[in-house]
Amino acid sequence: MSISINEVRHVARLARLELDESEILSFQGELNALIGHFEDIQTIDSSGIEPLSHAVAMQNIWSEDTVAPTLPRDRALANAPISRAGLFVVPTIIED
Amino acid sequence: MNGELLTETSAAELARRIRAREVGCVEVAEAYLDRIEALDTKLGCFLTVDRAKTLGQAKAAQDLVDRSEGGSLTGVPIALKDNLSTEGMETTCASKILKGYVPPYDATVVSKLKREGLTILGKSNLDEFAMGTSTENSAFQLTRNPWDLDRSPGGSSGGSAAAVAAGMAPLALGSDTGGSVRQPAALCGVVGFKPTYGRCSRYGLIAFGSSLDQIGPFGKTVEDVALISEVITGHDPMDSTSLSMGPVAAHGLRSGSLKGLKVALPKELFGSGTHPGVAEKIQESIDVLAREGAEFTEISLPSLGFGVTTYYIIAPAEASSNLARFDGVRFGPRSEGKGHIGVVERTRAEGFGHEVKTRIMIGTYALSAGYYDAYYVRAQQVRAMMQQEFNQAFQKYDVVLSPTSPVPAFKLGELTQDPMALKLLDYCTIPANMGGMPGISLNCGFTDGLPVGLQLLAAPLEDEKLLQIAFCVEQALPTATQWPSFS
Repeated sequence: MSISINEVRHVARLARLELDESEILSFQGELNALIGHFEDIQTIDSSGIEPLSHAVAMQNIWSEDTVAPTLPRDRALANAPISRAGLFVVPTIIED
Repeated sequence: MNGELLTETSAAELARRIRAREVGCVEVAEAYLDRIEALDTKLGCFLTVDRAKTLGQAKAAQDLVDRSEGGSLTGVPIALKDNLSTEGMETTCASKILKGYVPPYDATVVSKLKREGLTILGKSNLDEFAMGTSTENSAFQLTRNPWDLDRSPGGSSGGSAAAVAAGMAPLALGSDTGGSVRQPAALCGVVGFKPTYGRCSRYGLIAFGSSLDQIGPFGKTVEDVALISEVITGHDPMDSTSLSMGPVAAHGLRSGSLKGLKVALPKELFGSGTHPGVAEKIQESIDVLAREGAEFTEISLPSLGFGVTTYYIIAPAEASSNLARFDGVRFGPRSEGKGHIGVVERTRAEGFGHEVKTRIMIGTYALSAGYYDAYYVRAQQVRAMMQQEFNQAFQKYDVVLSPTSPVPAFKLGELTQDPMALKLLDYCTIPANMGGMPGISLNCGFTDGLPVGLQLLAAPLEDEKLLQIAFCVEQALPTATQWPSFS
């Protein structure tokens, strides 16, 4: 498999990374080099093997739903690039 | 006692002298801070050092000691990799996207250190978001190997490893996603330990590959690493992958015979890519241990041949998801851009370095429609096969032994051009993360003046057994702690 220029653009969009034309070209080369190395796993017979997403089998870790102190609002907002009236200011999502 | 001696003492010995009131916590902290001030311009281990804060903690530690309320390591200084959240102290992951970020809370391991009365020396350099094996991907500075300043300390926890090797910290914490504690420990000639996945809480460790990440310590000796492991491990309700087990109980390490110890040598980790000097030191160590009664058997774990591929699909896939949170809204700088997506895309373009972008791209690609089954699911299947092969091996053998890194420290800049060159060297350390196993790297000698690391792996949850075996191996090997001569 090899990655086309349009696929690089598509993946960059999915990943929310702005790339200029020269970066797109360089990522195409790099990603193809990496994917080239990855082809070896296509040769393994893995039929019937259950995929392992986690090394230690654990599931359904429950905790009581209790009210407890949380981070004070001013400290939660302290690192925000822009905040106003006790809220994070997000970039405009719906234009007028 | 003079400062020079304090900075060449093991953590266990420092703690003993502090408890015996032979030396004060402030005096110890000052000795290390002075050494950092004198040497770190040359080595580049630390991104943040806050002398006043450290000394304040040392005073508080001394109060604990004076009231006889200290623990096993009270008053001992420690360096923290800069991806561990520290309340009130900048935490950057060596990335521009977190420049200026001051966490409002401590990682669980940091809370535990503070409770025990260790003094935090500062935040150590790393590859940006722990992505790399040379510490050259830091957005801020290079870290140099104390054994040869033209060489890399390894990575991604290179700052922590080099700081311990250079006597700028008796202990340090790192994180290990594919070998990022063990490999720099090997390249810097110190001990590095990755506990079983889930024994150490990841709460407050800025996530890279969540199913692989595990915090681990560096020290000069196995005993030091065992002592600090006991402090930082144990169940934490804040991390839902934390195991319901007590801390790693490793304070009672005993000298003992290696007679009858069953050691497996997977031939896939002793391939032709092994540097001859590394191969020679590992073989010498095997010979020494065999004379002490350890029994060695060559085995084959065929799926290890696919370890690098599997890792470089799974880890970036998880990273691409974890790093989605860096969007310039809640923390970090925000760039100008057109609309919401434009702002996010430019913030990330300007904030992340090249290697991080590459891994986000490859991870996003592997998870995207049409490729998910061919790459991600298949990699998880190989991961399952790898775990199965190891489980079978551990039914017969106590530990698996191999080099930690197939090569000693490489020159800075030597392997940065080809994007696969460094990644292909990770095959000895990756399996422990895939299978969640504990792993440790010990120094086993030098080749051309550069340290060689020997790795031991044990079955999951056998952390105590692994540390005990490593302690005996360390005593059997003729490699007394040596110090780099640069200073």
